[in-house]
Amino acid sequence: MLSKYIFNGRNAVIAVPYIWLLILFLFPFLIVLKISFAEPIIAIPPFSSFFHWDGSFWPTIQASFYNYVFILEDSLYLNAYLSSLKIALISTLITLVIGYAIAYSITKAPTRWKGLLLLMVILPFWTSFLIRVYAWIGILKTEGLLNLMLLSLGITDQPLTIMNTNLAVYIGIVYSYLPFMILPIYANIEKMDGSLIEAAADLGCRPFKTFWKITIPLSIPGILAGCFLVFIPAVGEFVIPDLLGGTETLMIGKVLWIEFFSNRDWPLASAVAVILLAMLILPIMYYQKSQEKAIS
Amino acid sequence: MIKFTKFNLCALILGFSFLYIPIVLLIIFSFNESKLVTVWAGFSTKWYTELFNNQSIKDATWVTIQVAFISSTVATFLGTIAGIVITRFGSFKGRTLFSGMIYAPMVVPEVIIGLSLLLTFVALTIDRGIFTVTLAHITFSMCYVAVVVQSRMSSYDDSITEAALDLGCTPLKTFFVVTLPIIMPAVVSGWLLSFTLSLDDLVIASFTSGPGATTLPMKIYSMVRLGVTPEINAVSTILIGLVSIGVVSAAMINKYQKQKEYVQS
Repeated sequence: MLSKYIFNGRNAVIAVPYIWLLILFLFPFLIVLKISFAEPIIAIPPFSSFFHWDGSFWPTIQASFYNYVFILEDSLYLNAYLSSLKIALISTLITLVIGYAIAYSITKAPTRWKGLLLLMVILPFWTSFLIRVYAWIGILKTEGLLNLMLLSLGITDQPLTIMNTNLAVYIGIVYSYLPFMILPIYANIEKMDGSLIEAAADLGCRPFKTFWKITIPLSIPGILAGCFLVFIPAVGEFVIPDLLGGTETLMIGKVLWIEFFSNRDWPLASAVAVILLAMLILPIMYYQKSQEKAIS
Repeated sequence: MIKFTKFNLCALILGFSFLYIPIVLLIIFSFNESKLVTVWAGFSTKWYTELFNNQSIKDATWVTIQVAFISSTVATFLGTIAGIVITRFGSFKGRTLFSGMIYAPMVVPEVIIGLSLLLTFVALTIDRGIFTVTLAHITFSMCYVAVVVQSRMSSYDDSITEAALDLGCTPLKTFFVVTLPIIMPAVVSGWLLSFTLSLDDLVIASFTSGPGATTLPMKIYSMVRLGVTPEINAVSTILIGLVSIGVVSAAMINKYQKQKEYVQS
């Protein structure tokens, strides 16, 4: 009976990817949680151990809330979390406006163009993130191409300082995540029932009102999917604030990176990660639910 | 049918200019004679020559190609199974957790995935290097493959599979003779997507890599930190070129396949 259950072909097929993800996706989170309760020590690995065996069968657990207290007491961390949320939220809204206009326009383009236009959206999505962020450095820096153009056209007489400011971070996030916004919205509008829009037009509704009252409400699932795909990773973004941001840019992904690589404080970095994940768990679960609903 | 308005045309022109101007400028300045990226001093391919003489870039490229090839192949295998399990296996114990583990890696910030994998490798005392980067890349790539395969599976007609099973074909044979050929375009795109994801990844590789296993994005990142140079533009141009060829040919294969299906039906 037991062997039949274990060697059942169906279960074996499920088990292969399942076990892989358990070991290399779920289990690692438990390790992070465990280490976030440790204290940093100078050793390899640089943290105190969680379990202590002192002769008895059950180990005693040595958990310390030191890292969490430290994060909550130091306003640097709190500000970094809040400012990450703010930057991610504003960039998501800008990406939504630009992305919606592009996605909507592609759905209305002549059919023979659509394939090419979609390919042109997908192409940057496949191109290296790092390279696309790097491309903006040459444009935005003080002696960069944008200032060169503005000065030679006489639009400004002083070079603008955009590089190493939050504005550069917004540009970087909107630019890098734009395809993630366009694709789900496009897919949603494309399969929308056109007869509703025609009905509205027939009944004398003006195009702009039709768009506002019918197209937008019907495309909310696509809008939400796109917003989550941009917002959640943007909160923990590291490359963009690191390369385009300046001293005023405070983002938690960069704080985590510095704690880990520069300060080598693994327990503190783990606690930063645990709090970040706790903040994002609701949007992540919502995103998963909406994806589940999309298949069934 | 609603018309394609001037507003739509403007949105497309502005939108695509925004998406493409930075990339085009990056490519143009890789052919610049001057070391300054913003001042044009004539056409030159000297940065490409310099690139081919740079041993550390060549080493990093070799590491990256090995990791990308192995990780995308294993990820395609695991991800295809996962995609089929999600669409065709109905409910089973732990299904919600399973689908959670498929969708979450696509949105969870990379710094968290990188840190958690690194701490796991340390806890399991696995030496960090090419092997650990490959394991990490398989883990997030397989989720993308699963999603690509799953979207193809949900649009395919199950009656063909049922017919094969009714006629006495074993489930395993049905998979290889019926299902796999139908979902092959999705499997191929999944492989290509995994390959480019692995080729592009900086954050997760930085956490999970060890001495002697510097990938190309890690190398480019350390060069960028030292300043903007035409050499970085040159290596970027080569990468953009390779990825574009891959994506365009995949799109053409897909189109050809669809036309074939259309002619046959």
